[in-house]
Amino acid sequence: MTAILELKKIHKSFEVGTVNENHVLKGIDLTIEKEEFVTIIGGNGAGKSTLLNSVAGTYAVDEGAVFLDGKNATHKRTNDRAKDIGRVFQDTKMGTATRLTIEENLAVAFKRGKKRGLSLGVKDKQREVFKEQLKLLELGLESRLKMEVGLLSGGQRQALTLLMATIVPPKLLLLDEHTAALDPKTSQMVLKLTDKIVREKKLTALMITHNMEDAIKHGTRLIMLHNGKIVVDVSGEEKNKLSVPDLLALFQKNSGDTVTEDALLLG
Amino acid sequence: MDIILSSISQGLLWSVMAIGIYLTFRILDIADLTAEGSFPLGAAICSVSIVSGIPPLLASLLALVGGMLAGIVSGLLHTKLKIPALLTGILTMTALYSINLRIMGQANVTLLGQETLMRELQSYGLENRLAVLVVGGIAVGLVILVLYLFFSTEIGLALRSTGDNEDMSEANGIHTDTMKILGYMLCNGLISLSGALIAQNNGYADISMGIGTIVIGLASVIIGEVIFHNLSFAKRLMTIVIGAIVYRLIIDLVLQLGVEPQDIKLFSAIILAIALSTPLIKKKTKGSKRASKKGAKLI
Repeated sequence: MTAILELKKIHKSFEVGTVNENHVLKGIDLTIEKEEFVTIIGGNGAGKSTLLNSVAGTYAVDEGAVFLDGKNATHKRTNDRAKDIGRVFQDTKMGTATRLTIEENLAVAFKRGKKRGLSLGVKDKQREVFKEQLKLLELGLESRLKMEVGLLSGGQRQALTLLMATIVPPKLLLLDEHTAALDPKTSQMVLKLTDKIVREKKLTALMITHNMEDAIKHGTRLIMLHNGKIVVDVSGEEKNKLSVPDLLALFQKNSGDTVTEDALLLG
Repeated sequence: MDIILSSISQGLLWSVMAIGIYLTFRILDIADLTAEGSFPLGAAICSVSIVSGIPPLLASLLALVGGMLAGIVSGLLHTKLKIPALLTGILTMTALYSINLRIMGQANVTLLGQETLMRELQSYGLENRLAVLVVGGIAVGLVILVLYLFFSTEIGLALRSTGDNEDMSEANGIHTDTMKILGYMLCNGLISLSGALIAQNNGYADISMGIGTIVIGLASVIIGEVIFHNLSFAKRLMTIVIGAIVYRLIIDLVLQLGVEPQDIKLFSAIILAIALSTPLIKKKTKGSKRASKKGAKLI
């Protein structure tokens, strides 16, 4: 087994030196092996998004080191890490360029982390791949390659972003509450799709969610963050048998705190 | 008829600039005031080159390169020093004022009796206005063709996606800073080239000829967009040419009606204000029509 992602004692604070100083990540140690599908759960301000952004390179960490596929990436910027990382954001508008067509968006993603030259942006050969991959989404987008993405619904856009993030299989897929802005039905559709893509393409993934049931239902390992630290980390058989009350008990035992957020409990 | 023909030929020359403005304003999503400096920069470089004996075509290309350099400066200020786009433009534009004076050595350079692209064509027996038409037509045609081809490439796509969604572009490994600098370079090169063409047509370069460039450019873009909406990229570029011609036509008509030349900038601003507010006005009138229909049903 090789570690795809290794975080060593990650610290991250915001607004240092002001009254608003906020120490969000407090020494996170985390190793993720190949083909693990990790769901991350935690309340508001637990540090979920900061953790993901630190992995992606959006934030530079204050202390500690980030290793991607064995290589030190601590000081690499987002666009340099993009070669290894595919990303889907919470905001459905963030993952696609709305004034570009479906095929143009996919073509941009197709070149993720590779050198771009003066050859044709969307090639006929690629179009065949795009059509084939779009069929996996079962949204009928394969017949609308030339449609501007701005005309799609939030759910369709999120499904497309998911495909863009994985069309060239990334070493690590980051999903930042990618279904939070969708209605329950669409949200389930995108989650199902996520499962399918992660399984079929044998991806390693990190998925943030604020819904305990989703966190338990999906993935192969579950991590719970609380006040910038990992308080629960279960995988394998133990995770498969986990229920929401189990998770709450586990959380209480490890953190000495109780879950007070309705959002986490009710999802 | 005379006015129309002259508006068309003038509009063609100006549309090269308007296309440059369009690329920054709509593709990169930046209102780049560098234009006000790179337009006279092109005129200055081209005129001084011609006066010192350089062939007009080469002089025009030098202007293109000069504008690109100005664009790179703005691009670096904006991306590497993180200066807001509006201020970046003002900085470069102000600096270019001095540089343009340095290039020309005085406030204006006349091309009286000098060789220009238009005069070269006239020597083949073309009538003056027709020569302008041919020069403008070829220049715009080439610019649209090259841009169309460029924006269909991988880099071109990356440039468009940077202007559309920076987060997404970064997540896909696009070096957005480089793309922005490239955009700045491309646009100001075109604007400078347009300045070179206008100087050759007018027969002089003047330090103050850049004032209002961005207004003229935007007016052409918006007029084109108001007349034709939802078009593909290549067709959109063509509508900007039409917009530039319509804009010229309006200005020429206003002049014919006896408005004095010193009031023209005021009219330019008014035209742009009207053009910019048209989408809103259209929406409002549509809304009221729908409302009245509803009202009719109720009765």
